[in-house]
Amino acid sequence: MRLITVTWKRFKRNKLSVAGAITVIALMIIAILAPVIAPYEPTAIDINNVLSPPSSEHLFGTDDLGRDVLSRMIWGSRVSLRVGFVAVGIAITIGVIIGSIAGFYGGKVDAVLMRFVDIMLTFPTFFLILAVIAIMEPNISTIMIVIGVTGWMDVARLVRAEFLTLKERDFVLAAKVSGASNLRIIFRHILPNALSPVFVAATFGVAGAILVESGLSFLGLGVQPPNPSWGNILTAGKDNIEVAWWLSLYPGLAILITVLSYNLVGEGLRDALDPRLWETEEES
Amino acid sequence: MIPLLFGITIISFTVIHLAPGSPVGVQTEMSLKASAQARENLKRLYGLDKPLHIQYLNWVKRFVKLDFGKSFVDGRKVTDKILERIPKTLLINVLSIILILLIAIPIGVLSAVKQYSLFDKIATVFVFIGFSTPSFWLALLLMILFGVQLGILPISGFQSIDTSGMSTFERILDIAKHLILPVSISAFGGIAGMSRYSRSSMLEVIRQDYIRTARAKGLSESRVILRHAFKNALMPIVTILGLSVPALIGGSVIFETIFAIPGMGQLFYASTMARDYPTVMGILVIGAVLTLLGNLIADISYALVDPRIRIKGRQ
Repeated sequence: MRLITVTWKRFKRNKLSVAGAITVIALMIIAILAPVIAPYEPTAIDINNVLSPPSSEHLFGTDDLGRDVLSRMIWGSRVSLRVGFVAVGIAITIGVIIGSIAGFYGGKVDAVLMRFVDIMLTFPTFFLILAVIAIMEPNISTIMIVIGVTGWMDVARLVRAEFLTLKERDFVLAAKVSGASNLRIIFRHILPNALSPVFVAATFGVAGAILVESGLSFLGLGVQPPNPSWGNILTAGKDNIEVAWWLSLYPGLAILITVLSYNLVGEGLRDALDPRLWETEEES
Repeated sequence: MIPLLFGITIISFTVIHLAPGSPVGVQTEMSLKASAQARENLKRLYGLDKPLHIQYLNWVKRFVKLDFGKSFVDGRKVTDKILERIPKTLLINVLSIILILLIAIPIGVLSAVKQYSLFDKIATVFVFIGFSTPSFWLALLLMILFGVQLGILPISGFQSIDTSGMSTFERILDIAKHLILPVSISAFGGIAGMSRYSRSSMLEVIRQDYIRTARAKGLSESRVILRHAFKNALMPIVTILGLSVPALIGGSVIFETIFAIPGMGQLFYASTMARDYPTVMGILVIGAVLTLLGNLIADISYALVDPRIRIKGRQ
């Protein structure tokens, strides 16, 4: 509990990070309230209003089927949020398990697992994601799984590094002497102490996952129309690039602001959770 | 490095072949007349009727001879298909790496030297925006601005469709014009990342004792920064450069698709769509090999930068 208060106190000092946190919360509320606040149905086609520029009726204009862009963006925020959190959840689960095992047991186990991490890091990740998604059915669950399964390596390395130092500490020895099982030592004693860098990585991870999802949807490999996502509105923007700038501008801005906010929160968390920075007031 | 390479091929092979949907299915789903017999024949032709590990061994046997097999789509050799695409992708990536280094390192060094100055703050804001901007969106905006509104830059292709009347110089100029947007966009995110790394790497070095010593013995500030600090700060920068190769190559899928550049990324996209296993495998492996090469070059430059490694060898 004390850790949370201290962290918050330190986090608060970075005004940009606080702004990021507020934006993140606002975006969550928008996503939850999408059915209430979206002015139009996101999939309602209006042939009389095709590609109309932003106006008081359609704040962000309409797309090539006359659908209201603002409403599609509001619904699209649900996609970004879901993909961000579920993909990162998967990545963290895998990363924590592999990192803990490698760090705790060390030796051969560690060598094999870290070799595996090296191999995974050698792939151009986007190629791997693309290959899997194109071969499987492109939809939101595939995307979440694939982004998660290709994004756990950094977490595994972080957790392993924490384990390597923590397992030598006295409290672990005490747990061992009192007869705790390895699993209990890993999950009850060491892991809770190794989680701060994981939180930070998770926050940056959400930002990254949202970027990847929008890229995939843009390429037509993500969320399939008519379901809205920020990425696939941009595809329409590309198809109508000569006539409808608003289709390209607004969804991209939404992605930028969202990703930026998560990155700012991550930066703030990193500084707030880094004990090396607790005493002195320098370094960013 | 060789075991790493085999690990890479095993993972690529498993991922591609375990996924549901087969090239035979894609090729025959359009014609209802394709009988079960015809499907079997196709499968045998492609070697897909054998168990997975045999298929893999067959693939490896050819791979050691640098033969990636023939494309399922047009029957051409995968090696040829990739080789004719690779120069364009490499050219764009090398140019953007050069651009990244030329812009990012001075920004990073200057931010570190003048930490907390106005310049440092502006650079930090730029870094965060750079990290968070979807590159394909930036591409769209620049296409609208330079291609549609101002009409001064071409927005698609590697060169003009008709280059017959051009001299060599004009042709180079033509390609350069086509590459301005793709190269700057693929460099954009990298500039943000790299300037951040050079900044923190520089900050770390500046606090070292030998920098204080250098100052104390009366060296000029520029000599301290450039000769004593910067040379040491280069090491982590070189590592990051090696590690950023996969991201750059992966990113080529997106901008080659947007700008309709017939490079490796575009070929990869088309091949995955057609479930052209040999080509997909070939590109995945070559992408990974390029990454390994990037790391190797980084290791070698380490030795160039750091005399300790030259003498002792890496531990």
